[in-house]
Amino acid sequence: MIASFLGVLFDGVAYGSLLFLVSIGLSVTMGLMNFINLAHGAFAMLGGYVTVMLMTRLGVPFLATLPAAFIASAVIGIVLERALYRRLHGASPLDQVLFSIGLTFMAVAVATYLWGSGQQPVHLPAFLTGQVHVLGLDLGAYRLFLIALVVVITLALGYMVERTRFGAQIRAAVDNKEAAAGLGINVGRVFGVTFALGSGLAGLGGALGIDVLGLDPTFPIKYMVYFLLVVSVGGAGSMKGALVAAVVLGVFDVAGKYYVPETGAFIIYALMVVLLLLFPRGLYGRRA
Amino acid sequence: MTTAQLAAMFLPRRHESSLRNGLADGRWRAAEWVFWLVLLAAYFVFPERLVLGSQILITALFALSLDLILGYAGIASLGHAAYFGIGAYAAGLLAKHGFGEPLTGLALAAAVAAVAGYLVSFLIVRGTDLTRLMVTMAIGMVCYEAANKAHFITGGVDGLTGVVMKPIFGAFEFGFDGKVAYLYSLIVAFVLFWAVRRVIHSPFGLSLRGIREGGARMPAIGAPVRKRLIAVFTLSAALAGVAGALMAQTTQFVALDSLSFSRSAELLIILVLGGAGRLYGGFIGALVFMVMQSWLSDMNPVYWQFWIGLLLVVIVLFARGGILGGIETLRDKLRARHPEGAQ
Repeated sequence: MIASFLGVLFDGVAYGSLLFLVSIGLSVTMGLMNFINLAHGAFAMLGGYVTVMLMTRLGVPFLATLPAAFIASAVIGIVLERALYRRLHGASPLDQVLFSIGLTFMAVAVATYLWGSGQQPVHLPAFLTGQVHVLGLDLGAYRLFLIALVVVITLALGYMVERTRFGAQIRAAVDNKEAAAGLGINVGRVFGVTFALGSGLAGLGGALGIDVLGLDPTFPIKYMVYFLLVVSVGGAGSMKGALVAAVVLGVFDVAGKYYVPETGAFIIYALMVVLLLLFPRGLYGRRA
Repeated sequence: MTTAQLAAMFLPRRHESSLRNGLADGRWRAAEWVFWLVLLAAYFVFPERLVLGSQILITALFALSLDLILGYAGIASLGHAAYFGIGAYAAGLLAKHGFGEPLTGLALAAAVAAVAGYLVSFLIVRGTDLTRLMVTMAIGMVCYEAANKAHFITGGVDGLTGVVMKPIFGAFEFGFDGKVAYLYSLIVAFVLFWAVRRVIHSPFGLSLRGIREGGARMPAIGAPVRKRLIAVFTLSAALAGVAGALMAQTTQFVALDSLSFSRSAELLIILVLGGAGRLYGGFIGALVFMVMQSWLSDMNPVYWQFWIGLLLVVIVLFARGGILGGIETLRDKLRARHPEGAQ
């Protein structure tokens, strides 16, 4: 009983850290520009497909494909940001939602055209499969690897945001865009770089998540709610909020599927409504 | 001073012209009569296409319900299919369990959807745009999951079958040719459109537009913003419910898909394509969208989605206001060129 509970908790945390990795870019860009980007999942999907293609077509080992997944999504992200997203800064939320739903539909269609509608396989290296015994618990090696990697990335991100000049610019822009611009910070550029970084992290998350979340063309729509949930519950622009929200969401989702499978996704959606009503600005929202 | 004069003082200048039009045009214009006569004429001209015709009318009515809250009151919803589906299941279940009188079905669907909308509206009035989008979307998905899991009532993914309709007024039976269904949908759509048109041109409708343009300023002229939003959301949900009921009755089937997120998203697309905030936007959007869809029906639905997505991106970037907005811009330009020709 206790063991199964701890197992669920562990899987939930692993799942949550993956959600965090994908959603953090969305959270920061939303906090920066109030931009509602429903197409964020498409960048994660792109990363996933880059990994699968490199592995199956070129025989590149799994770990070596991860940087490629990051770079591919980041590059596409910055191209789309400069070409399209930038035109919609300051547009109404509805326009942004429609625009990004449009992009999502197109991404789904393109992925189906290029790679078919089936689930894509991923072959993890041997040392990441199987179980590891820790304190009498059987933990999945891959999930342990996921958590460790996300911890490292989170620490790096935290260092970047709190300690570097660029991080200070991001924080300033999230807090008050006009004042930051008045101080000579190029908010548009900060946004562009952040967007690329966020897309890249989403791509990395998508690649790492093939084994956990699966990968097929409907990915961006299937997980759209989860990413939005992390952002809106955590509070847009807050890294801490996104982390807490992602882990809570991951644990609840895994526990729900394990203990009360018949309710399905019901718990998540109900949780979303309740949390949004209790915390309209998110757990760690900054903006009034 | 009338509410209209007050509102005109408080609203931003750029909307003065639309406000003036909105006030002066309480009367029906010739183009509107032509529009409805064309819909009636379609019954005789396209006897083979009446099934598609009633689908278009039903979707148009559904889009009109979204237009009420989005185009007039400025509440964006990503889960409007919830009320459509609730109405459809209410009417479908009523007919399935032996009470197949159509008009009662419509009334029940309207009532049930209105109650659902009324309850949800309290969550809607609280939030900002982003929260509203998320909450409407989440509630839509809760409804979808509920219907999916309540297999014993709704039939789950297989849909609700066994819906048997009685003839309308005991005289007009729904046939396979879709003739009765088309006329029935047309009459219901016309009556409800007429009612919505009255609402839009009433002081209530005007205050909605005031809220859309500057919600914070409306209390200053004594408009109860919260109450107005609750009222319009409930009304919109009831309308969507009737549209759902029409769908259930004319096809004698309710698909689980009628509650899905993609239906809500598609509806937004239809409305934006036609032109939100214009009474006929939903009709034009539904017509163009569904005729296109039926032309391209042999195409893989996934590729159809690609063109829809592209259309959306193009509309948002270049053609805000949709088809009707484009026509209005064109007309204004022509008038500006020939000022003596105006009116």
